[in-house]
Amino acid sequence: MIPTVEQIRELLSAGGAKSALLVDREELVAVANFLKTDPQLRFDFCSCVTAVDYLQQGYIEVVYHLYSVALKHGPLALKVRAPRALEQCRVPSLTLVWRGCEFQEREAYDLFGVKFDGHPDLRRILMWDEFVDHPMRKDYVPPMDYEWEPTPHGETLARAKAQGGYVPASAREAGK
Amino acid sequence: MAVDPQLQSELEKRGVFVMPVEFLYNWSRKSSIWPMQFGLACCAIEMIAAAAARYDIARFGAEVFRASPRQADLMIVAGTVTKKMAPLVVRLYNQMPEPKYVIAMGACAISGGPFKEGYNVLKGIDRYIPVDIHIPGCPPRPEALLHGLMALQEKISGQRLTDARWYDKNAPAELPVPQYGPHDLEPPYHPDVWKPPKP
Repeated sequence: MIPTVEQIRELLSAGGAKSALLVDREELVAVANFLKTDPQLRFDFCSCVTAVDYLQQGYIEVVYHLYSVALKHGPLALKVRAPRALEQCRVPSLTLVWRGCEFQEREAYDLFGVKFDGHPDLRRILMWDEFVDHPMRKDYVPPMDYEWEPTPHGETLARAKAQGGYVPASAREAGK
Repeated sequence: MAVDPQLQSELEKRGVFVMPVEFLYNWSRKSSIWPMQFGLACCAIEMIAAAAARYDIARFGAEVFRASPRQADLMIVAGTVTKKMAPLVVRLYNQMPEPKYVIAMGACAISGGPFKEGYNVLKGIDRYIPVDIHIPGCPPRPEALLHGLMALQEKISGQRLTDARWYDKNAPAELPVPQYGPHDLEPPYHPDVWKPPKP
């Protein structure tokens, strides 16, 4: 449901990370249009579009940061959630509401795999077109290219062991 | 040189210089190394500083930064080479006429630097093209670049026409350009140029 002006005012006065408005996917465009056109709110500037991967909870949250240049208030974080599975990870695009979202939604698509329905040109923007992964997802596994290091540690040491690579004496003793 | 030093000094007084062709050839090449004008990240700013008045790379005959690889002798890989950019760097190297040299400037060009563990940065340009001089630093100061250039000049003056790699008939004319793959560049390195170090 579309929030009232009073509710938005309350969120804005809370400030900081608390000023977040979580909406359903179906209502996102209507809420965005309301926030932009209401004469008391006039959020005319979307400064940031990003996404957060909640691996445990099983959803990806797309976050829009809104400001009003005309009325000098903001930021208001507009949040919308979509399931993590690639086929269902879709949210409506807000490019037609705030034109500046276009490249940032492409970035969120590139790195998180969120598909924006209604986006005019949804292509990868940072990685090359042939790339199939979405590297900012928490379950992304980078390509295997372990390289010998004099003092491997952490994950690199684990990979070195898995490949039978060099393991320093101190780590060998600690492993026993 | 197989000339008696006394005889040589006598000849020089009369305006006759005796030297191997190699010496003249190397001397003229090392005194006019034309770098290619391209930069990839913040190291390029230091490269620009080295070319400007205070450090003045013109003292070494290397001030003519060419905007075309066809006219360049030296490729200064100044900055982070992302995987998306790597095929283009290799293609530029292929387009340079021989003899050609490569300086890897800065931690990123050498090994990936602070981005080594990332998914999008090449772990050293020497995986795809042969590098003559590595300059460490993040970024290296202009003095370090000048020192690298002087080291390259020394390397050039010690080169022999008989065993330089571009006079080898069997040497490949150009290096294969890596392709964009679904997960990584393919191949991840050229085995002829680079192999993973043995533990």
